[in-house]
Amino acid sequence: MIKLLMTILLAAASVPALAALQVFATVPEWGALAREIGGDKVSVFTATTALQDPHRIEARPSLLAQARRADLVVATGADLEVGWLPLVVRDSGNANIQPGRPGYFEAARYVTMLDVPAVLDRARGDIHASGNPHIQLDPRNLFRIGEALAARLGEIDPPNAPAYQAGYKAFAGKWQAAILRWEKEALPLRGVPVLVHHDSFVYLAHWLGFKTTGTLEPKPGIEPTSGQLSGLVARQQGAPAKMVLRTAYQSDGPSLWIAEKAGIPAVMLPFTVGGTPEAGDLFGLFDDTVQRMLKGLR
Amino acid sequence: MLHKPFAMVALLAASCGAQGASDADLAAIRGQIDEMKKTYEQRIAALEKRLAQAELDAQAKPAAQAEARPAVPDQQAPGPVVAAAPTSASAFNPEVSLILQGQYVNTKDVPNRTITGFWPNQLDNLRGFSINETELVIGGGIDPYWRGRAIFAVNDGEVGVEEAWFQSSAIGHGIGVKGGRYRSGIGYLNEQHPHQWDFANAPLMYIAMFGPEASFREDGVQLKWLAPTPLFLEFGAEAGRGANYPGTDRNKNGVGAWALYAHLGDDLGVSNSWRAGASYLRTSSDSREAEFYDINGLPALASFTGDTDTWLADFVWKWAPDGNPKYQNFKFQSEYFWRKDKGSLNCSGLGSACDPLAAGDSVGGDYNTNQRGWYAQGVFQFTANWRAGLRYDQLDSGVQDLGANAANLVVEDYKPKRATAMVDYSWSEYSRMRLQYAQNKSMIGITDNQWIVQYIMSLGAHGAHKF
Repeated sequence: MIKLLMTILLAAASVPALAALQVFATVPEWGALAREIGGDKVSVFTATTALQDPHRIEARPSLLAQARRADLVVATGADLEVGWLPLVVRDSGNANIQPGRPGYFEAARYVTMLDVPAVLDRARGDIHASGNPHIQLDPRNLFRIGEALAARLGEIDPPNAPAYQAGYKAFAGKWQAAILRWEKEALPLRGVPVLVHHDSFVYLAHWLGFKTTGTLEPKPGIEPTSGQLSGLVARQQGAPAKMVLRTAYQSDGPSLWIAEKAGIPAVMLPFTVGGTPEAGDLFGLFDDTVQRMLKGLR
Repeated sequence: MLHKPFAMVALLAASCGAQGASDADLAAIRGQIDEMKKTYEQRIAALEKRLAQAELDAQAKPAAQAEARPAVPDQQAPGPVVAAAPTSASAFNPEVSLILQGQYVNTKDVPNRTITGFWPNQLDNLRGFSINETELVIGGGIDPYWRGRAIFAVNDGEVGVEEAWFQSSAIGHGIGVKGGRYRSGIGYLNEQHPHQWDFANAPLMYIAMFGPEASFREDGVQLKWLAPTPLFLEFGAEAGRGANYPGTDRNKNGVGAWALYAHLGDDLGVSNSWRAGASYLRTSSDSREAEFYDINGLPALASFTGDTDTWLADFVWKWAPDGNPKYQNFKFQSEYFWRKDKGSLNCSGLGSACDPLAAGDSVGGDYNTNQRGWYAQGVFQFTANWRAGLRYDQLDSGVQDLGANAANLVVEDYKPKRATAMVDYSWSEYSRMRLQYAQNKSMIGITDNQWIVQYIMSLGAHGAHKF
């Protein structure tokens, strides 16, 4: 009976040939990048939103169903999605998106990683062996990632390869100009000391030149403790931070507490596409990030 | 020191790259130079600090190549696109993890612990401090076509093979094949290991269905197919040895047990997701033995030969605000089972009602049962660290037709019940401590107030958990 059922379902499945290339993006920034490059040649599913902690996603049934139909998985890698993506990819029964196949793309492989730990020990918190995975916040990284993604899209979908190349070129041109604008706008942020909730802004700091002087989490992935927070407030006397940063998905309690005690602004940054109403696409993401930080400085 | 010149060179290289990047805008660069002078001083100070830290690390662990990355090359430095280091999932090939689990139990002393009204499997009467089996998990890709995993349960003086299977990764078309020893995909909780449970012990129905282990494990093959639909729709079929309760090992060729199941699931908005399932399991027994009591209260040995059909329905619903479960989430799960034994029961036992003259006689007769049960539980995580949960269990002994042996053996009509409350604290994803209270009425005439303090710790590779 099950055989009959499977035959019927298989037959039904083969009928609707999907026109656009199906892209499964783990996080909004790669979904947005795939749209910039692929345009109407791709149909993008984004597995998470900016309000969700990408470290803590459940391997939901809907994700399995989407991964089953995907032609390309675009992930950050560097262990960011280790809690759910390996399971989703494995149980999807989709041979094309298995690691090592062209249908599995990890952005972190194309950039220089920061904060690569010399020693791997969980006593230091939930550290990532290949470095800090929040690579999207240095916009310069998107050149290499975008170039590699365009090449990969072309490899999977050869007839449209020139379109992906053209899509990338158009994006890269606009992006180059936007980066110069952001760098100019963000000059006052150079050397500014800030506190962060989690090490989410390492690449942003590397790009804009502000300094991270402390994290609210005592160790990566461990929730802020009152001891850690009061320690940071005490340190404000000697080396005052100018603002405290958090992402849209992190709870606001700890940074608001610090902000009040230390008399500095708590600044919520979109972190990825969709994190704030203004961060509707990749350009909006950095426009809003720079504006919010500049506002925090005033 | 040697590191300083190296850092300077790296900085120089970095600054060249930065200039290259902003070449198009010379005016902006002039404006930046003063700013940069200041920041370079700060950067140098920071780098010196990092170098000092790296040296300290290097002293602490000479083997560690801490000084290998004194300065990070600038992103804009021209050069070919080079793949970064492989992710740790493949760096740790195979992935290894170890689960440590143990508890303190305060409960009534009931030497012959069973569930009244159900096949009398002997259950633990464990009190005080104890540790569970320590689970060692080793897994990874075998080659581009297969992956494998083994879970060893280490106990005093013995190592059990909890699971040991290979799984396909290259068939495609939604098809997954698994072979070896595995936890069957029937029901919802069946595939989960005890460290994944939301309570310190399994629901009563799992113990009634599958004995003290509370899971149906199988040596066999599993075939799964995921439909290419936007709705999650999965079918599974299994065939295997069927050596575990409610089946028994049998000395014969062919299949001892088979199972069929289907799962359906989806999201409702961004905050809700659910999965529902229906399963069927067929097992066969050849002289499945257990100690019954005869009508005089004396022990008698009964053995069942026949087939058992088990049907299961399961439902799970998870909620998290904005779909972000880190700080707050709620999980509801419920399962229902219905089981039929059909076959014959042979009763023996010197001096018991089945063999009153101690002549080695036995009494054979029909054995048919029709039994059911369910549980429902809800677990609410109200902060990043704290969770609390409630669970209710109820079984129904239903029809127990012992045929000719009805005159010899005692069977009780009973509805076992248990209510459980728990609260747990997690320091991180890898460590959890739990306090649990249960009022257990799974045995007729006994109300057992059970307290359990439990710890679950895992170290090693970060295992992803199923929904």
